[in-house]
Amino acid sequence: MSTHPLIDVQNVYFQYDGELILDDVSLRVREGEFVGLIGPNGGGKTTLLKIVAGLLVPQKGSVLVLGQPPREISSQIGYVPQQINLDKEFPITVLEVVMLGCLGRASLFGGYRKRERELAEKALAEVDMLAFRHRRFGTLSGGQRQRVLIARALAGEPRLLIMDEPTANVDSLSQQQIYDLLHKINEKCTIILVSHDLGVVSRHVTRVACLNRRMVIHPTTAITDSMIQDIYQSHVHLVNHGDILPSGYEPV
Amino acid sequence: MLEFFEVLWNQTFMQHAFLTGILASLACGIIGSYVVVKRIVFISGGISHSVLAGMGLAYYLGYPPLLGAVLFAILAALLIGVISLRARQREDTIIGAVWAIGMAAGLIFISRTPGYNADLMSYLFGNILMVSRSDLLIIAVLDGLIVLLVFLFYKPFLAVCFDEEYARLQGICVDAVYLLLLCLTALTIVVLIQVVGIILVLALLTLPAAMASHHVRGLLPMMLTATGVGMICTSAGLFLSYEPNLPTGATIVMTAGSLYLLSTAYHSLAQYRQRLRGKRW
Repeated sequence: MSTHPLIDVQNVYFQYDGELILDDVSLRVREGEFVGLIGPNGGGKTTLLKIVAGLLVPQKGSVLVLGQPPREISSQIGYVPQQINLDKEFPITVLEVVMLGCLGRASLFGGYRKRERELAEKALAEVDMLAFRHRRFGTLSGGQRQRVLIARALAGEPRLLIMDEPTANVDSLSQQQIYDLLHKINEKCTIILVSHDLGVVSRHVTRVACLNRRMVIHPTTAITDSMIQDIYQSHVHLVNHGDILPSGYEPV
Repeated sequence: MLEFFEVLWNQTFMQHAFLTGILASLACGIIGSYVVVKRIVFISGGISHSVLAGMGLAYYLGYPPLLGAVLFAILAALLIGVISLRARQREDTIIGAVWAIGMAAGLIFISRTPGYNADLMSYLFGNILMVSRSDLLIIAVLDGLIVLLVFLFYKPFLAVCFDEEYARLQGICVDAVYLLLLCLTALTIVVLIQVVGIILVLALLTLPAAMASHHVRGLLPMMLTATGVGMICTSAGLFLSYEPNLPTGATIVMTAGSLYLLSTAYHSLAQYRQRLRGKRW
């Protein structure tokens, strides 16, 4: 394990349409960790993930992944977005979806290469979906689609896997299968995932980070009532008192 | 009935019309598939209608209208493309404006051109029976360009159409790929205008691809199927319109529309039966 953190987010501020979404957020993740990022809706979880993935750039603060700005090493980051954004009507096979995950590994032009096919099939085997490779993506169940999206992220052979609500719209059996799968993947790959489901996440991850505009990091997975209170009540508190925050606002 | 085949065998104008239909189907099958899956039908409508400005201007200045059409289609594609990338919120309003202003400019240019304006109807509704040898050559060149670029950019196009965000993560310059796709759409529109005219272009761009999407699993099979369906529609439309002397473009579109309804009905029925079976087991 290297001494440098794999993810090093320092004092990040992010504003969107005049609204402060991330306020002085710092987060360090070491190689091999499995970090759960929880918090209320609108708390900035997805925004932070997108910043770590290099899709968004913060107005202030620094973000380093593997010691470099995320945009420059995006091929080493596997990203699993929320499924809702994908068109289920799109005519595309499972294998093609996964091959789109390793575009950076082969020539971008012309047809698919042997190497892309091999990487994609390997990734599909890893998530136990190889038998479905010729099926149309949209005809799969929610859990199966999620596993295909994980395979797409794995096809690029990433060192970091970033996941946004991997078990949303997935039945509880598939949910368990997905977490079992993530534990297996975690043996060789650092994982950071977002969820609003505190109970489920705390059973699986090595560390929980709570985000509601500001960040509170808990070194263990012990979730206490007061923690939940802190994260969720403060949000309710915030809503009740209108949108102007007192300058000394602290969720803890 | 047989008279049509006699004419096709003997007369160059009918041979040109037939070939135009076949060549246009290739462009509309390939690019139409992108238009359908990327949901840029409205943008394509905007490009198509602003082409009238280019045709009108070329006509006014005494140049071949097809040249004006190519230039203005590309110009409109880039303009609308940049607008849709920058102003996400009011995208449809701005495209609607470009659409209408393009048509208005075209009408004014045509009205200022001395002589009589018989060509206006053929711009708006197409005239596949008037395609000249040089038009055919230009269509073939545009077709070749479209096939070549789609072959080269198949993977980036697919990546951007399916999941823009992920494409960006893969280091693809999403905006440039999107603009290139719109330019190819513009070229396809110019080809299709020869067949069915500015107003009916959307039908050929979307209907064959939409029909194909019911029955395929991937984008490449969708393109091939849509091309085949397009060829059937254009040839059948040409055939059906000949004897009763109907407008060819409109007949082609009606043929495509009828086939689309049949295909949708069949597809819905198949899905319904599958659901019933799923319930029973």
